[in-house]
Amino acid sequence: MSALLAVEIPYWGQSLLRVLGGIVAVLLPAGTIVYLFLFKMMSFMQSRLGPMEAGPFGSMQLFAEVGKWLQKEDIVPAEADARIYKLAPIIVLLSTFLLVVVVPFGPDAYFVDFSAGVFYALAIGSVSVIGILVAGWSSANKYSLLGGLRAAGQLIAYELPMVLAVVGVVIQAGSMNLQDIVVAQNSGSIFGWDGVGFPFVLTQFVGFLVFMIAVQAELTQVPFDMPIAESELVSGYMTEYSGFRFLIFFIGEFATAGVFAFIASVLFLGGWGVPFSWFGWEGLDDVDNWMNIGGPLIMFTKMLVLTGIIMWVRFSYPRFREDQLQRFAWKVLIPISLANIALTAIVKVAV
Amino acid sequence: MTMLSERQQLSYIAAQAADARLNVELETEGMTLNIGPQHPATHGTLRIIARLDGEQVVWAEPSAGYMHRGYEKLTEVRTFPQVTSLINRIDWLGSFANEVPFILAAEKLMDIEAPPRAQHIRTILFELSRIANVGLFLGDLGVQMGAVTPVFMAFRDREYVLNLIEGATGGRFHPNFDRIGGLKDDLPKGWIDETKQVMKKLRRFCDEIDDLLFGNEIFQSRMRGVGVIPSDIALQYGLSGANLRASGVEWDLRRDQSLPMAWDKVDWKVWTHPDGDSWARCWVRLQEVRESTKIVDQLLDTIPAGPVMAKVPRIIKVPEGEAWVSTENPLGEMGYYVVSKGDLGPFRVKIRSASFNNMSIAPWVLKGVYVPDIITILASLYFILGDIDR
Repeated sequence: MSALLAVEIPYWGQSLLRVLGGIVAVLLPAGTIVYLFLFKMMSFMQSRLGPMEAGPFGSMQLFAEVGKWLQKEDIVPAEADARIYKLAPIIVLLSTFLLVVVVPFGPDAYFVDFSAGVFYALAIGSVSVIGILVAGWSSANKYSLLGGLRAAGQLIAYELPMVLAVVGVVIQAGSMNLQDIVVAQNSGSIFGWDGVGFPFVLTQFVGFLVFMIAVQAELTQVPFDMPIAESELVSGYMTEYSGFRFLIFFIGEFATAGVFAFIASVLFLGGWGVPFSWFGWEGLDDVDNWMNIGGPLIMFTKMLVLTGIIMWVRFSYPRFREDQLQRFAWKVLIPISLANIALTAIVKVAV
Repeated sequence: MTMLSERQQLSYIAAQAADARLNVELETEGMTLNIGPQHPATHGTLRIIARLDGEQVVWAEPSAGYMHRGYEKLTEVRTFPQVTSLINRIDWLGSFANEVPFILAAEKLMDIEAPPRAQHIRTILFELSRIANVGLFLGDLGVQMGAVTPVFMAFRDREYVLNLIEGATGGRFHPNFDRIGGLKDDLPKGWIDETKQVMKKLRRFCDEIDDLLFGNEIFQSRMRGVGVIPSDIALQYGLSGANLRASGVEWDLRRDQSLPMAWDKVDWKVWTHPDGDSWARCWVRLQEVRESTKIVDQLLDTIPAGPVMAKVPRIIKVPEGEAWVSTENPLGEMGYYVVSKGDLGPFRVKIRSASFNNMSIAPWVLKGVYVPDIITILASLYFILGDIDR
């Protein structure tokens, strides 16, 4: 961070910048996804206009919605376990903030430089399950309970294909550090042609597909939205929540979509980088400082493409049944990703 | 008669095992889940009491009556022409179709018949209300399963049909257009050409739904083999309409009885499906919308000239007697048993509505299924709450 501004920033200043950066990195994607995809793309797909009144083309609608939710009464059901009930949405949102910490946005624009970043990201990604489970349990509502239990079963089942899909990338990059994975993709070349660097999506296409499907399930988006299932469970674990606690769940849902898209673009699409050979860079040390500005923008674009796909599927597919979902995870995704790992390892050793 | 499917047998066994665990060994505790009266999947205020073991339904029963409006009793204090505005509201999505059997019963008692032009227009409007009704069902199927887009397509194209009904009758939802002895008015100018255009749009809508929803693997895996109703069980429970035809019984009141309507003057097909599962019920309805557009197209070409109203006295007194007329409404067989004592209004009217009988199979078909399947099975059985509660 300090290199970006070319001045020495004291430690408290760096910490402050990191906190602000983290908030922006979580909330900006969430807001963009909600407006661009949930409000507008969904409306155009359904032959309607979506919000048009608040601001030009309804762009201020999100602020109106937030204002509405903040004004609503914060209802806690009489039978609910009040302390846990109030804590649950915060756990969910917290896991998103903890997740964005490892994502590198530029050569120096990262929050924490983890050497086991992939491991950390996959571990912290499942913290939100705890939040969802306790939300379902503490609501004292049968629908919420069913939703919470479904969420627990589903998120644990899809944790495994996600981990296995990432293992292929880790083998290929030879590192678990997300920054190293970005460098490995941008310093490579395809048979001597370095037009696009060497994003791992080309070799790890199967892994990418499995990862995106697992992300879809992890985010509980249609077709894997049984924990929410509006037409069956009346929003599942979120049924009893209102006001700003519902808002936190809502932000958490879309912010997590954004952060998982960030991670997917780091792992498979080359992250913040442009191919190093374009500018004659050799390694991370050569990368110019302006990439600390350009990198986040590139990441943001890639994030929008990936979340666009996630939302597109969400708006057009019906949902699975619970047992079909488990069968899909254990019988299709996990064998495929295991085969992918084996193949990657063999090729890595052989070449 | 078909045997129980393997899946149905398995779910029986599972349900019995769950029963045994609940009642004898007391290892697990079941849960009673109230689905409704306020629930997005119940299209109103139907309540389904489901006893669950985990996510599996051990026992389920629908509980109706949350929207009872007493139409049978209300008809006794109305005159015959006034009754149509009440019974319009029974199946509110295809309301013109509700008026027809009652008017036919009254005409039967009075021994008059509507002129041919009125019969034709009645049949056209009847089929249009079927399209308006079942078209919305096709879109709503997706919503029940989390696909939000098809329902907007359904509303978009249903709008054209409602505009047609409004153009002809003056009312979008509750036309109140059928009269004893004919119709209130003739068709407006240009209506026939526009209807032909709309029928083209609706056929395209059916193709879209076929692609987007029926062609989807997830939709198929949710629907096929779920909620199987064999034909003998379907007959025992008194199912009618597409629910019965989806179980392989070729039965359609439009074809099987001779009414003063125009169905026998055109060429159309009764669709059946041998499977009897949720998929079959939805598929048969999709084909029926396509068939209805064909019926309307042919009727528009052959519509005869002449008056739309027979000679009836200004004050209608129906002679003493009893009459039963039922027609093949969008939801199934709908009939009215009208008893007249020679007064201005009916002495007693018994309404046989399709959804009430169709829902009576719910305890049988819901036993042993999973909670998500409750929603798809109810969606495929297709009920309108006003048609259950009246």
